[in-house]
Amino acid sequence: MGVGIEVKNLNAWFGKSQVLQEVNLKADANAVTAVIGPSGCGKSTFVRCLNRMHETIPEARMSGSVKVGDIEVYKPGQNAPDVRRRIGMVFQKPNPFPTMSIYDNVAAGLRLNGYRKRREIDQVVEHSLRVSALWDEVKDVLKKKSGASLSGGQQQRLCIARALAVQPELLLMDEPASALDPISTGKIEELIFQLKADFTVVIVTHNMQQAARVADYTGFFLMGKLIEYDKTEKIFTAPSDKRTEDYITGRFG
Amino acid sequence: MPSLSRPLSLARRAKNLTFIGLAGLAAIMVLLPLAAIFAYLVIKGIGSLSVDFLTHTPRPIGTPGGGMANAIAGSTMILGLGSLIGVPLGIGAGIYMSEFGGGRYTHLVRFTADVLNGVPSIVVGIAVYALVVLPQHHFSAISGGVALGIMMIPTIARTTEEMLQMVPNMIREAALGLGIPQWRATLQVTLRTASKGVITGCMLAFARVAGETAPLLFTAFGNQFWNADPNQPTAALPLQIFAYAISPFDEWHRQAWAGALILIILIVIAVTAVRIVTSRGVVQHNT
Repeated sequence: MGVGIEVKNLNAWFGKSQVLQEVNLKADANAVTAVIGPSGCGKSTFVRCLNRMHETIPEARMSGSVKVGDIEVYKPGQNAPDVRRRIGMVFQKPNPFPTMSIYDNVAAGLRLNGYRKRREIDQVVEHSLRVSALWDEVKDVLKKKSGASLSGGQQQRLCIARALAVQPELLLMDEPASALDPISTGKIEELIFQLKADFTVVIVTHNMQQAARVADYTGFFLMGKLIEYDKTEKIFTAPSDKRTEDYITGRFG
Repeated sequence: MPSLSRPLSLARRAKNLTFIGLAGLAAIMVLLPLAAIFAYLVIKGIGSLSVDFLTHTPRPIGTPGGGMANAIAGSTMILGLGSLIGVPLGIGAGIYMSEFGGGRYTHLVRFTADVLNGVPSIVVGIAVYALVVLPQHHFSAISGGVALGIMMIPTIARTTEEMLQMVPNMIREAALGLGIPQWRATLQVTLRTASKGVITGCMLAFARVAGETAPLLFTAFGNQFWNADPNQPTAALPLQIFAYAISPFDEWHRQAWAGALILIILIVIAVTAVRIVTSRGVVQHNT
């Protein structure tokens, strides 16, 4: 099941430059939330703060609080890998593990977290690949082919399957379709639509049509600030902030 | 305006051919010494190679037959001990420099590794003599292994570092994003992705120290008899070759050639075997 998200007073820095300022946001469980905005507005940093990937970059720091379901993400003593296990992430460029087979890629999250039951791993791998609509294309070469041998679109669906296999409650997608052709993009969008039955999804996108197609809620970021956050319909038809309107009508960005 | 659709001018084609030719020549110059050495070893050594040579210990001079079986076994033991020390320490240092370092300390480790690489092998032998042999009061295969292990570290550490640096950061992020703890992500994802290059580094270091004589003179010392105790003086092929080569006896000279041939063959076998074993379970990129 998906979980809700609550972000309070989130600030983030790279060294001395502040990239997020006082972001407050609440997202419902099992909803798809899109994060839009021009390049460099902090939207990637925002999602990377949700699963503590932000802190893996040297000199990166943050303040504020993030709650995902019942996890206080930045509670003192909260262990980062535990957070990341419950919050899956799909990156902009497909990044399958090149030396692992398709099967091993999907099983990696379970195995490398110490899970050993073969039968159950078999089932999870099949289920995850079915959900990500890749099963039929790869079921005969699961252990023979490397994850890197697939096409770009297939690789990205493999990465989604890999993220789903650890059974997260929230799935973060950082421009998951920006490196893909329109057909692959269509497949990923369809997938996102189905995923929200079981997961909460936050998707960063450059593509406003994509946000309009897949998201229930949309947040507009500009220069590190969350300018407006509302139902997607409202954002795209009657935004309350002038800057949002300028951006979605293509006047800048 | 110059037209790009025109065929290349004669001068440019000549330049092109010249450079291809020079590159080919350089490649041949690299292969030539190895081929020459190997051919010479085969010519000189093949006559003395026999089953006896591989299965018997040395005989006193004047007695025909005898071989280097104890030296082959001893070299295997010393190189095994050396690898046991050099490979984990070298890879560990490489991981530290690439994944966990940053700052002055990493610089120091890298600098030390580079200097260690340039230390003459006999100096390493003397150092290990002082550090291991003297306190123990006797020569041993272990001290020989320590000397060879120390010599392996810099090559392995530096290649490991370089190979890990070539792994794209998004692979590390993918692993961390799955909630895999960093030590495990480093060992089982990053290092595994770089494994081909890291293994090449280990093999280079292994092949280099396999032929070392100087560091073994004061450590493993050599032995004319069988010895399976790593805590005792032990024969090694390079030592045996050295001893036979400087002897005044023709029979021993012939055996030294055969020993050198065996040493090269053993290195080739070891390198190939490691390649085969480690390539299992790793799928190819483009199939």
